[in-house]
Parts: sequence; C-alpha cells; structure tokens
Amino acid sequence: MPRITVTVDGIRYDEEVEPRLLLVHLLRDRLGRTGTPIGCDTGNCGACTVMLDGKSAKSCSVLAVQADGCDVVTIEGLATGDRWHPMQTAFHQEHALQCGYCTPGMIMAAIDLLAEDPDPSEEAIREGLEGNLCRCTGYCNIVRAVRRGAQAMNEASEVTTS
Amino acid sequence: MIPAAFDYVRPQSVEEACSALADAGDEAKVLAGGQSLLPLLRLRLAYPTALVDVGRLAELQGIRDESDHVFIGSMATHYDVVRSPLINAECPLVAMATATVADPAVRHRGTFGGSLAHADPAGDLPAVALALDCTFVVRSGSGEREIPAADFFVDYLEPALSPEEILLGVRVPKLGPGWGYHYEKFHRTAQSWAIVGVAAAVRRSNGSIEEARIGLTNMASIPVRARAAETALRGVAITPAVPGETNGGADPVRDACGDAAADTSPPADLHAQPDYRRHLARVLTHRAVLTAARA
Repeated sequence: MPRITVTVDGIRYDEEVEPRLLLVHLLRDRLGRTGTPIGCDTGNCGACTVMLDGKSAKSCSVLAVQADGCDVVTIEGLATGDRWHPMQTAFHQEHALQCGYCTPGMIMAAIDLLAEDPDPSEEAIREGLEGNLCRCTGYCNIVRAVRRGAQAMNEASEVTTS
Repeated sequence: MIPAAFDYVRPQSVEEACSALADAGDEAKVLAGGQSLLPLLRLRLAYPTALVDVGRLAELQGIRDESDHVFIGSMATHYDVVRSPLINAECPLVAMATATVADPAVRHRGTFGGSLAHADPAGDLPAVALALDCTFVVRSGSGEREIPAADFFVDYLEPALSPEEILLGVRVPKLGPGWGYHYEKFHRTAQSWAIVGVAAAVRRSNGSIEEARIGLTNMASIPVRARAAETALRGVAITPAVPGETNGGADPVRDACGDAAADTSPPADLHAQPDYRRHLARVLTHRAVLTAARA
C-alpha cells in the first residue's frame, strides 16, 4: 500500500493508505477529524471543504494519495487555543446556521474567498460560496456572517500590522 | 460510496506515465485533478483497474506564449487559467468559459487538459476549443502527434486518444485584433452542467460581422460548431449596436442565429428535451454573438 505523509491542522502524519481512500475518509476515520462532514456523493454540496496547500478543496473529491506531502487545514485547525477564528465567531453571532451540517465547509470556503478578496461585496460572497449548499438558512445570514467575519479579519490584521 | 479498488501509479515523467499506461492495459485511467473522475468512481460509474496520476508532472504544467498561439499545459488548473494575464489578453474566451466551470474549490484542482480529455459534451471547454480551432498535442511511447480540435472529440466521453497516450497540452491560436468573445451558459444551479452553452468569437469590421465562430455545448454527443449560423452571420450588421435600442424591431443577428441548432442532435434528460435545447441554442447563440460583437 502507498505510504503518504500529510500535515493536518499542524500535525504531521505518516500513513499507509489504500489508493481508493478518499481524503475525507482519511481525515474522519483514521485521524479523527470528524469536524469535516460528508454531505453528498457527487462533489456538489461542499460540506467537506478543507484547505489543501492553502486553497479550498472538496475532500471527498481528492484521494488521500493525492494529498501526499500536502498541508491540510480543517475546521478543527482554525481556532487558536480557546479563541475561535473570527469567521467562526461571525457565524455564531449572525446565527448563520440552523442544522449546522454545511457550516464547516461554508467557513472554509468563506476564508478561501477572503484570501482572494478581503472585502467582498454581497454578490462576490454569493459567487464565492457557490460550491457550498445550505438547505436550512436561505443563505441570508451566511452572507451577513461572511461580511462580518471579513470586517473582523481586516480589523485584526490592522492591529497586527500597526 | 467508496470507490472500487484500483492500483495507483505516480510516474515521475511523461515517459514513465506512457509506459505505465501501456503496462496497465485498456482499463487504466489517467488521473489529473480528479474533479470529474473521482465523482464517477464514488458513484461506481467507472471501474478502472489502475489510475496513473499525472497531476504533479512538471512537463504538463505552465501557460506559455509561443508566438502565434498560447500553449496551455494540460495540468494548468482552471484557477491558473482564469488568473493568467496571457490567456486573458490573447485568448479571453478560454478564461471566460473557464470562470463558469463548477465552483472555486473545483476550479482549484480541476485541470484544463483533464476537462478536455474527459470529452464531456456538457463540459464548457470542449466547445471553446472547437470554436477557436485549437490543436491538441499528445504523446505516447511511440512519439508525439497533434490532433486538431475538430478531430479530438470522437463520441460521448471519448477523445481521440489511444489508451497509452497522454495529452501534453493545447495550442490556442491568437486570433489577434478585431475579435470579440463571449461564453453564454444556461444552467439551473451554479455547479450544474450547462443545459446548453454557446462559445462565440466574432470578428467585426465597420459595424458588421465579418466572421463568426460558434461552438455549442451539450447539443450532441460531442461539442459541435453551429456552421449554418456562422455562414448566415457573415456580413450581418451589428444592430442594435448597444443594448436597449429597439431599431424598429429589426434584429438581423437574431435572424441569422435562427439556424444555430441545425445539424445538432441534442440529448434528452431530466433537464431538457431536444426541442427545448434547440430553442435554447438559438436564443443563447443570439445573445453570445451579439455580446461578442459589441465587446
């Protein structure tokens, strides 16, 4: 079986994997990162979105062997100690979830969007999250949360750079 | 679902990849970004015996300016293509259509060459390659050959590649000044495939269309050119020249696009019947050509 090395949320793992093992199964079943859910079987829903070498990817559409040597960040790697990431806080404050199943993917996609566009318009947010489905909220609170998270992240970066 | 078991090979060069494919036999598949292949494996719609992963091969990377054309390495991702200043300047139709592919996460991993070699007539890039008369450069153990876009798409999900051949990249001709472009896509949700798509490149002169090249997405088992409309559009005045003008009801571009669905054999599926797709082809061709002509 192929042997891979992968860094997940800052921790390095060496794993023997079957070639057909999906990255999302590696994360959940082998490494215990169950914060990343599996939503669909078609690559549509985006619930399993993680950062793969700094860019969003649907972990159900990546083989674990393809992630060999890569850096993976899941929803569980965002907080600093007990402090949530500003985007997690913004989703909480804006009540941007009901059942919460899509939330990890939404937050990862939102953070990915902000890396490209730190101050996105409502339209840019809706396009940036087009790969993530939410069946509860109607998206309005999610869009508001991304706006709020963007503001918080920009303020935080102003504090650190000034 | 969990995919059926397969062998996995990660060659270090295109040469190794070709011999790995030759060794693995007919049931092997090339793995690029995996954004089309992995969903098929998970749904168990495909059972390859081996995957040859070419995703990291340096020889297949890169987007290069090569005098009269742009060479797009097959492993350039959709993300790379959309952001490439060279592609946006010299062959913007490629960037326009690529920006409509799926969603950001899929565009990060999905590749230009992978999408084309997948040869899905509902994919956005085959119609663009056809409209722009691109050339496909492929290699096998016995050497390199070139395949014109018109010969590359053989049938549904069937490119003109032999089992041991690998797509190195695609030459996209620079059409030069005077051309306008547009990709018009009709789909139900952000990530669903085009029910119909139209790739249009239009050369203008003195307020008229001198030449139109039109590729149709999802109007047959392969991407097709709207030849009848291309012929009918030659010399047609671009009126109304700006959106919103009524021009007394006359719309010669729309009239010329009336044959856009001629010689097509659109599929019937959950989303649309053939007659609806023919209707869409006419309407979307009109929109795409007029937008390209005004660009």
